[in-house]
Amino acid sequence: MSTANTAHSVVEPSPGTRRLAGSLIVLYAVITMIPLIWIVLTSFKSPDDAISYPPKVVFTPSFEGFCNLFTTRSRQTPEFIRTLGPPQGLCDEITRGRNMVVAGPSNYVPRFINSVIIAFGSTVLAVALGTLSAYGFSRFRVPLKDDLLFFILSTRMMPPIAVAIPIYLMYRTIGLSDTRLGMILLYTSVNVSLAVWLLKGFIDEIPREYEEAAMIDGYTRFQAFVKVVLPQATTGIAATAIFCLIFAWNEYAFAVLLTSGNAQTAPPFIPIIIGEGGQDWPAVAAGTTLFLVPIVVFTVLLRKHLLRGITFGAVRK
Amino acid sequence: MNDLSASSRITYGAVPVQPAVVRRIRGLSDKALAWLFITPTMVLLLAINIFPLVWTIYLSFTNYRANRANAPVKWLGIDWYQTILTDPDIWAAMQVTAHFVIWTVVIETVVGFGLAFLIDKKFRGHGMWTTIILLPMMLSPAVVGNFWTFLYQPQIGLFNYVVAFLTGRSASSFQMLGDVTLSPWAIVIVDAWMWTPYVMLICLAGLRSIPDYIYEAAEVDRASKWRQFWSITLPMALPFIMLAVLFRGIENFKMFDMVNLLTGGGPGSTTEVASITLKRAAFESWRTGYSSAFAIILFVTVFGLANIYVKALNRVKNR
Repeated sequence: MSTANTAHSVVEPSPGTRRLAGSLIVLYAVITMIPLIWIVLTSFKSPDDAISYPPKVVFTPSFEGFCNLFTTRSRQTPEFIRTLGPPQGLCDEITRGRNMVVAGPSNYVPRFINSVIIAFGSTVLAVALGTLSAYGFSRFRVPLKDDLLFFILSTRMMPPIAVAIPIYLMYRTIGLSDTRLGMILLYTSVNVSLAVWLLKGFIDEIPREYEEAAMIDGYTRFQAFVKVVLPQATTGIAATAIFCLIFAWNEYAFAVLLTSGNAQTAPPFIPIIIGEGGQDWPAVAAGTTLFLVPIVVFTVLLRKHLLRGITFGAVRK
Repeated sequence: MNDLSASSRITYGAVPVQPAVVRRIRGLSDKALAWLFITPTMVLLLAINIFPLVWTIYLSFTNYRANRANAPVKWLGIDWYQTILTDPDIWAAMQVTAHFVIWTVVIETVVGFGLAFLIDKKFRGHGMWTTIILLPMMLSPAVVGNFWTFLYQPQIGLFNYVVAFLTGRSASSFQMLGDVTLSPWAIVIVDAWMWTPYVMLICLAGLRSIPDYIYEAAEVDRASKWRQFWSITLPMALPFIMLAVLFRGIENFKMFDMVNLLTGGGPGSTTEVASITLKRAAFESWRTGYSSAFAIILFVTVFGLANIYVKALNRVKNR
């Protein structure tokens, strides 16, 4: 036992080193989390608390930010408000306290729904196309394989604004400007390069012998792909899908240049949430918080595959 | 393995009654199937990446303006390229971009490697803390840029408050986003906050790829920890560090969303990175021909730099 210990201690860090490393990392993690925690806190502040100096850490929670995020309001005289019936719901009450009435829903929910539809639509397409191509590149002898793979990767090197110029003209000509379909196709084309590279790595790791055995048993190549390879690649496909989802969810440059009302997603919308007299910070913070929640969930789900995803499959663990 | 044998048993029975589609695909050779699988992706990329790229190249030789679609298009040859390469505004934008790319990459690499080195000590709970540290890089750069404008507010912002608290200066005495000397650093700080974890994650993979026996051998040879770091750890992690630098360099060369939300290129044009100049030319002054030429120049630059860098990377890897 003692010999095993000494043999180990050569490369194992001492408890003291570990504790020091641990405390430094925890310190960094806490500092790096402060901006995020601050945004979440701000979303529960009243407008006055949000802009107070010194910044308030302890405050009475308020849902005004969320109310303002989901509604548009109009200012009314107190006399008029007194003539209305009893307030309906919390938001009505908060709004009336500010001498305003709820005029209708805001655009946040439609923008959020656009984000969901475009992100899921492009992810399904990119993963479907990517899986087929990745299998093709992984198993078959394709002429100019390396060149094609490099070409697929190089489409990611274009600055998005450079791509947006001709896409803008093209979509205007064929009537895809400011449509969800147009955005889905565009995001698919960006994501498919990631999908091919990641999935090729995952499929390369599935032994060929599985399919060969299945084909000896009478499967066609296509059946072997569907019934043997796809089930084996489920984890990889899921991880790839989440990466595609995150990209489409977060994308801003194309969205802000190519959409205006109809197909606008949440990222270009959140910064332009404005209240009376400048930016309504609690509402912006509320919109940001809701927008970030899915990403936090995805990050936790993906933590084992993050490295692979961010390096296009170049680094595997 | 179990369901493999189970489903193959089913197939034996199913072979005679295969639907027509499956039988037709069975007839396909592997080669045909390969093309069938790869073509859809290629068609999509040709339609949405290559065709637009070719169109951009064409437009870059013309005086076309997207807001005057019906005006006659005149062929200008390489006029725009000459204009751009001699335009001092473009060189100013390239300098701003270079400042941004170099500083972010340097800071992210140094801090990221340091964090990876610490996490590699495998203290208790390192997995959970790593996931927490990684969070910023998964967020939307536009949304991050937007909420940092709140933190950077001169009077009410948390960033200014903390700096004021630590240095004793007044919180309203400086404006991170409104000052010509501070704003280039304001965008570097946000990018470093967001992307240091990215470099950390890749470096961590590099450190974990070094087998223990090399350190054991070094211990036997009585090499100091310092010496081990410089002659084992750093050289062996170098390909990974370079990969991280490559990815960050390309991404930040193209940077648009975060900076657009933080400063919009201002004050003046002190944070106007290349992509913002391009956006202003293309979508605000509608100089489509001019901006197409600039787009091509940017693409060739990033593509060329990346190629040189990949060659160097491979040399390090094969050493």
